Amino acid sequence: MESYKADVVIVGGGGAGLRAAIAVAESDPALKIALVSKVYPMRSHTVSAEGGSAGVKLSTDSLEYHFNDTVGGGDWLCEQDVVDYFVAHCTEELTQLEHWGCPWSRTPDGHVNVRAFGGMKIERTWFAADKTGFHMLHTLFQTSIKYPSIKRFDEHFCVDLVVEDGRVQGVVAIEIASGEFSLIEARSVIIATGGAGRVFRENTNGGVVTGDGMALAYRHGVPLRDMEFVQYHPTCMPGTGLLFTEACRGEGGFLVNKDGYRYLQDYGLGPAEPTPRNKAMELGPRDRLSQAFWYEQQKGRTIEGRFGSVVHLDLRHLGEQKLRERLPQIYELAEQFLGVDPAHEPIPVRPAVHYTMGGILVDGLCAAPLPGLYAAGECSSVGIHGANRLGSNSLSELLVFGKVAGVEAARFAKSVAPGNSATLLKQAQAVEQRVLGLKTKTGGTERIATLRKEMAQTMEDGCGIYRLADTMQKTCDKLDELKDRFRNVNVEDRSSVWNTEWLLAIELDYQLDVARSMAYSALNRRESRGAHQRLDGFEQRDDVNFLAHSQAHYVADGPPRIDYGPVKITKSPPGTRAYGAAGEKVEQERKASNV
Amino acid sequence: MSEAQKKIEIEVLRYHPETDSEPHAQVFEVPFTDDMSVLQGVQYIKDYLDGSLSFRWSCRMAICGSCGMMVNGIPSLSCQTFLRDYYPARVRVEALSHFPIERDLVVDIGGFIGKLESIQPYIIAKEPRTLAQGEYLQTPEQLHAYEQFSSCINCLLCYAACPQYGLNPDFIGPAATALLHRYNIDSRDGGKAERMELINSEEGVFHCTAVGYCSEVCPKQVDPANAVNQNKTNAAADYFLRFLRPKGGAK
Repeated sequence: MESYKADVVIVGGGGAGLRAAIAVAESDPALKIALVSKVYPMRSHTVSAEGGSAGVKLSTDSLEYHFNDTVGGGDWLCEQDVVDYFVAHCTEELTQLEHWGCPWSRTPDGHVNVRAFGGMKIERTWFAADKTGFHMLHTLFQTSIKYPSIKRFDEHFCVDLVVEDGRVQGVVAIEIASGEFSLIEARSVIIATGGAGRVFRENTNGGVVTGDGMALAYRHGVPLRDMEFVQYHPTCMPGTGLLFTEACRGEGGFLVNKDGYRYLQDYGLGPAEPTPRNKAMELGPRDRLSQAFWYEQQKGRTIEGRFGSVVHLDLRHLGEQKLRERLPQIYELAEQFLGVDPAHEPIPVRPAVHYTMGGILVDGLCAAPLPGLYAAGECSSVGIHGANRLGSNSLSELLVFGKVAGVEAARFAKSVAPGNSATLLKQAQAVEQRVLGLKTKTGGTERIATLRKEMAQTMEDGCGIYRLADTMQKTCDKLDELKDRFRNVNVEDRSSVWNTEWLLAIELDYQLDVARSMAYSALNRRESRGAHQRLDGFEQRDDVNFLAHSQAHYVADGPPRIDYGPVKITKSPPGTRAYGAAGEKVEQERKASNV
Repeated sequence: MSEAQKKIEIEVLRYHPETDSEPHAQVFEVPFTDDMSVLQGVQYIKDYLDGSLSFRWSCRMAICGSCGMMVNGIPSLSCQTFLRDYYPARVRVEALSHFPIERDLVVDIGGFIGKLESIQPYIIAKEPRTLAQGEYLQTPEQLHAYEQFSSCINCLLCYAACPQYGLNPDFIGPAATALLHRYNIDSRDGGKAERMELINSEEGVFHCTAVGYCSEVCPKQVDPANAVNQNKTNAAADYFLRFLRPKGGAK
């Protein structure tokens, strides 16, 4: 087995991983960085983010507003000290990206422009047309090429962490092109592998979004926090789940039901006005909008399509010129995939799984409880999203906490001595034998695709927009069954070069662990908060019993053990979460009571 | 007959270096619906007919650049090419032309990555600025000048379309030139002189014979042919000007 010695190894080459790599390189050019990614970095799922990235910009805006929007949007399940740090650092990170060449859209006088986004009181979403993630990712990837200390392991698939003497000391990875294993030794490890949305059937995510890093940390005893909070994005393509950005509504788009009625006004988000008002109607938060869709469907006011019920995203009144300028990718997606010209017809949409609010438990410095291990981005739970993420906070999170993770992992690496190479190699060889076993064993009968489809279906059935104890229980049982059946999986392909069937099997194993952490955490949370909504007697938020982070702990031969940790409240006590006119009233009352 | 029962033949070029001496075609019959992409057809094969078929894909929405293939001989993103446009005829899917095949539909793109790294694809600041000074001002017109060239998703369809790249894999080629041009004409950048060294070199833009097929197949309207040709003019001017001023001299 090949062995490579690094100081810091980063698993994942998307926005967070690249930002972390640059941060390590800038904090100490002498540190050797290994950036391990199962795809070439510019293929990472950051590329698909569309609408924009939040950072206070206008003189009418303030850090306090961004804080309040984020904490209220997260239904008070946020780490408030971490949110404070976050909002205070978004703008400088976005400016840093500007200096690195990101083609942000501009105002006529040349300043960076900002747009409105759901749940945000003031326009503060920086955007590059509707390809913000694409441009941020390519800017970061291309900028990373400047730093000679970053050695990339492109198309290397990480199969395990190496933990020795109570701290993480490296990773084992497969070079996909050859099937060869490598040990990459390091004094600290950053996981930046993104979310896990593909454990659900209908989702906006790319094929790579399989929760790998979450499962890796989890199996080594690091809890996965708040995994029951999975975001349904309200405006996705029926069938494929592909995303129509929230910026469609930020630019003034309407959501209407089969009668052409802007139904959100019936769900505490009104009044309906002809132009978008922030934090109202179509600019409400994603959880509320997806929930409103569900009720419209129950009432029979949606439109029946081939891929289930839909409502209409109506952009016609914005006109072709504005759509081509501000939403060019959306225009193309609608035309090419649906045959719909959005300047002349409404776009059929329905909610789909989009984002994993929870993830690897880390503190405000991105450190996991396992010494030497750090995490950043969607795979992590640093505590800013709570029970519901606001659109455009996650791209900023990649930057702010990617940098923190890099700086902290660099500091840790310098504080400890390199490990014992012989011991680490021995561990790595044991990992190799175990992983090879998946394709060399005989007699398997279960098809990977069948198990994967059953997993995705049961997650949708039990952990969808609204949840019930008995269906969640069925999902937990089904996942237990699938985990069991996975032992009998059949990998037909026994070869070494580009054996993607083998990799799919490893990913499925990761997904099953992550899915179980979600389903069991959901079943255990007997309240409704943010994206976790129940209809079985637990319809209300319960701050007495559940103003707490769930923590799923891996158990080798059984379902996860769930316990709870405290939520850090510094200055915003849990309050009424309201939008539209009701939200304005709550805000006025709060202001009055503070006087 | 219901739509769900429609079937299309997909002919896939297979090659496995551990067992095959050369690529060969294999035909699969795949049930399809009108909304299905060629990528979804290939995924069906992998899921239900032959798990050993290898190909790259991820986003499914023509932005990650992974799933480029030759579809009936035309460089295409398989996620936004639809089976309905070929039915009832058979559709042929092969690895991208002009690249070494690693296995089945997977090609070796290491050569392109090397080119991308060589062109200094990052801002070399004309006037360095601290974060405290805030953003550079860049008008919408200045943005518009380079925006299309920044839209390249590195899918490499243009290389599969480029006859010169087919003849000489060292030729810098369309996408890398578009990216070089993107930074050269960015109002924040001052690195053009450094980058033009590469363009003026043996493997630079003069290999292009202005076929223009690269721009035709580009799924993102980057128009790399335009970038190549603007750089021929630049390179020519640069070639003569370099006798007149010291290397790296102020513009």
